[in-house]
Amino acid sequence: MSTQITETPPALDPQPLPDLASSAGDPSRPGPHVETLNSLDILESEAIHIIREVVAEFERPALLFSGGKDSVLMLHLATKAFWPGKVPFPVLHVDTGHNFPEVIEFRDRTVEKLGLRLEVGSVQDFIDSGELTERADGTRNPLQTVPLLDAIARNRFDAVFGGGRRDEDKARAKERILSLRDEFGQWDPRNQRPELWNLYNGRHTVGQHVRAFPISNWTELDVWRYIARENIELPHLYYAHEREVFERDGMWRAVGEVSKPRPDEKVIIKQVRYRTVGDMSCTGAVASDATTVHDVVREVAASTLTERGATRADDRISEAAMEDRKKDGYF
Amino acid sequence: MSTITEAPLAQSTLFRFATAGSVDDGKSTLVGRLLHDSKAILADTLDAVTRTSADRGFGGENGSTQKIDLALLTDGLRAEREQGITIDVAYRYFATDRRSFILADCPGHVQYTKNTVTGASTADAVVVLIDARKGVLEQTRRHLSVLRLLRVPNVLVAVNKIDLVDYSEDVFRTIEADLQKVAAEVGLNDVVVVPVSALEGDNVVDPSTHTPWYTGPSLLAILETLPTTDDLERGLEPFRFPVQLVVRPQGALAPELKEADDAGASFRDYRAYAGQVASGAVSVGESITVLPSGRTATVVGIDFAGRSLERAVAPQSVSLRLSEEIDIARGDVIAATGTFGEVGQDVYAELCWLSAKPLREGAKVLIKHGSKTVQGLVRAVSGKLNLDTFALEPASSLALNDIGAAQIRLASPLPVESYARHRRTGAFLVIDAQDGNTLAAGLVNDHPGDHEDERYVI
Ligand SMILES: Nc1nc2c(ncn2[C@@H]2O[C@H](COP(=O)(O)OP(=O)(O)OP(=O)(O)O)[C@@H](O)[C@H]2O)c(=O)[nH]1
Ligand SMILES: [Mg+2]
Repeated sequence: MSTQITETPPALDPQPLPDLASSAGDPSRPGPHVETLNSLDILESEAIHIIREVVAEFERPALLFSGGKDSVLMLHLATKAFWPGKVPFPVLHVDTGHNFPEVIEFRDRTVEKLGLRLEVGSVQDFIDSGELTERADGTRNPLQTVPLLDAIARNRFDAVFGGGRRDEDKARAKERILSLRDEFGQWDPRNQRPELWNLYNGRHTVGQHVRAFPISNWTELDVWRYIARENIELPHLYYAHEREVFERDGMWRAVGEVSKPRPDEKVIIKQVRYRTVGDMSCTGAVASDATTVHDVVREVAASTLTERGATRADDRISEAAMEDRKKDGYF
Repeated sequence: MSTITEAPLAQSTLFRFATAGSVDDGKSTLVGRLLHDSKAILADTLDAVTRTSADRGFGGENGSTQKIDLALLTDGLRAEREQGITIDVAYRYFATDRRSFILADCPGHVQYTKNTVTGASTADAVVVLIDARKGVLEQTRRHLSVLRLLRVPNVLVAVNKIDLVDYSEDVFRTIEADLQKVAAEVGLNDVVVVPVSALEGDNVVDPSTHTPWYTGPSLLAILETLPTTDDLERGLEPFRFPVQLVVRPQGALAPELKEADDAGASFRDYRAYAGQVASGAVSVGESITVLPSGRTATVVGIDFAGRSLERAVAPQSVSLRLSEEIDIARGDVIAATGTFGEVGQDVYAELCWLSAKPLREGAKVLIKHGSKTVQGLVRAVSGKLNLDTFALEPASSLALNDIGAAQIRLASPLPVESYARHRRTGAFLVIDAQDGNTLAAGLVNDHPGDHEDERYVI
């Protein structure tokens, strides 16, 4: 090489920086009026940027769509990202077989309305074929990993959008926006790529795929405020309604095919709503009279429990339940 | 006191900050304290953390009556809890009446450059911690150097564990003076220094009664009022818009548009360029130049999901329609006409080396800048930065955590700009062409030829 350095090259000298702070505060400075983007505008813009990056850089992306509020939000953001074109990828649902019927109905209606292809990975099929065994506690959420990885491999998806948010759980708080998964779908939290600026590195080798989390930085309250602002339709069970329920582990469980009360559990009719809509066998309702989206925003802002703490039995299994599931390839 | 409420959202902005410091300075505890005292921790999380703290025998050291190990609020991985350290950055969220915060709690262990660079790259502010018992360390200088290099707009210093030095003003003043000296040496002026106890909560959210000699605001009060990067740059940076994709739906219109009266006829020839405004602003009617081709056109429309905007500002994601049908593809940058010099194929840059695989001269790598990835050949490593003296020392390779200067030849031109002046368009990634891993964070330097005194001989 022929580069010779005799002293510090110019660029490493401390350079005079433009005096940003003083001029930004100066109302007389030239330029048009100052727009303020609020936190939802910024989160929305960040999510759309990520969705577009993934679609541009991957060959076969898909979006995990359960009909739950985070995935409905994701789909809404995708429609905005590609307007006036249609959403350029299929959606994938891992059906535990224990889903709320109204959520499945909502899922199908939404997919049809947007003209999307729906791929379904079925936990029930895997149980029927003996590839998965029903757990003693009846919870099927942890069983979703195998059908998920199977659907990803079968469809050769190289990027899968998820609606995971870092505020949901302490293990999710460690997740990257683009999260590389190996041939076994595993997450290696101790060996993640650094994520710098807004430059996302989605390079992967054959067999690997990437999970993309465009709404990583949203909180539950952000999601609800945005749903209110954009007037996004959700399955009705997110709003207060009367339902036959019984109390278990401090949660209100719906009476249904897969969640039957034990003899000592009294069934009552109660005004409830769901904060998450997962598997019926492990998702609880909360007592609520929030019938409109604005009621829900108020309720969430005042809540003293986290959404998973209030409603998910599967996260109570152990202190690191989510971390363990994610390492195995869960969402 | 600030609490989470249904804040008047119209004014609520997003503020990103990160922690930096050496191992055990109390970064995670500080983050936990901020979350806890701003009431962002809900009852079930607090119960779980209280239980774990008791199980692990936390508390009672040095006469403290605190029962909760607040670091557990961010140290969420099993291995982190077992070892009592932070292994990987954690992101947490809280909001006050004034703004919403995204908080990156970075680890302090040996890979400090990697972690600090990563945390600082998106931060509006970085809080550097110093242990009051230890004072300003060599690592503090390194952290400040890295933050200066990355041009983090706001750097704060928290002198932590002030409870362990009996809330002594003398200790604080000595550290403060040392710190200002080092900060000035690396080119940071007016660094705000706050005495805190993350464990006991002094001056973190609420002002402390233990430090009557400190009359400044609490750490949170400062964070609530600092300007964001976008606030600071607004009106000053030229318009830059990396094109992410070309939106040309033709037949594949959104169903609701297809069913409209004219059966989508008005969108049949729709063509727009989708992206996020990286810096500056653009208005309908303005002249733009496409880089690297140099072609020009006028902006005739700014679309966002069915809405027409008159103007778009950073960091909005929009689609631009132009007056001419010119050849524009993903990776091109749309810029305000007359604000960009020549697009070149030689890049001079500082590289923060983040990989265990060292960099050698002659390496072929990938360079990701904006929405474009091109091949690059590392022609020369021209030196390694000594983070203590801030001087460039001779080197021909870079190893993990090194920061050095290199000259890279690109396979095709990229519209890079000097990082010192354009934080958004002067940054790039160096990616391993084989395994796809991120090798380095790149900060573009001026082309040496742009300077009056040319010291490179190439
Ligand atoms: N007395 C006292 N102890 C503190 C204070 N802040 C933190 N500590 C203790 O210092 C130790 C380290 O705290 P952490 O918050 O885990 O430190 P850290 O900087 O996050 O460490 P790494 O992330 O591993 O680099 C813990 O035992 C804390 O309880 C403080 O203000 N006063
Ligand atoms: Mg820590």
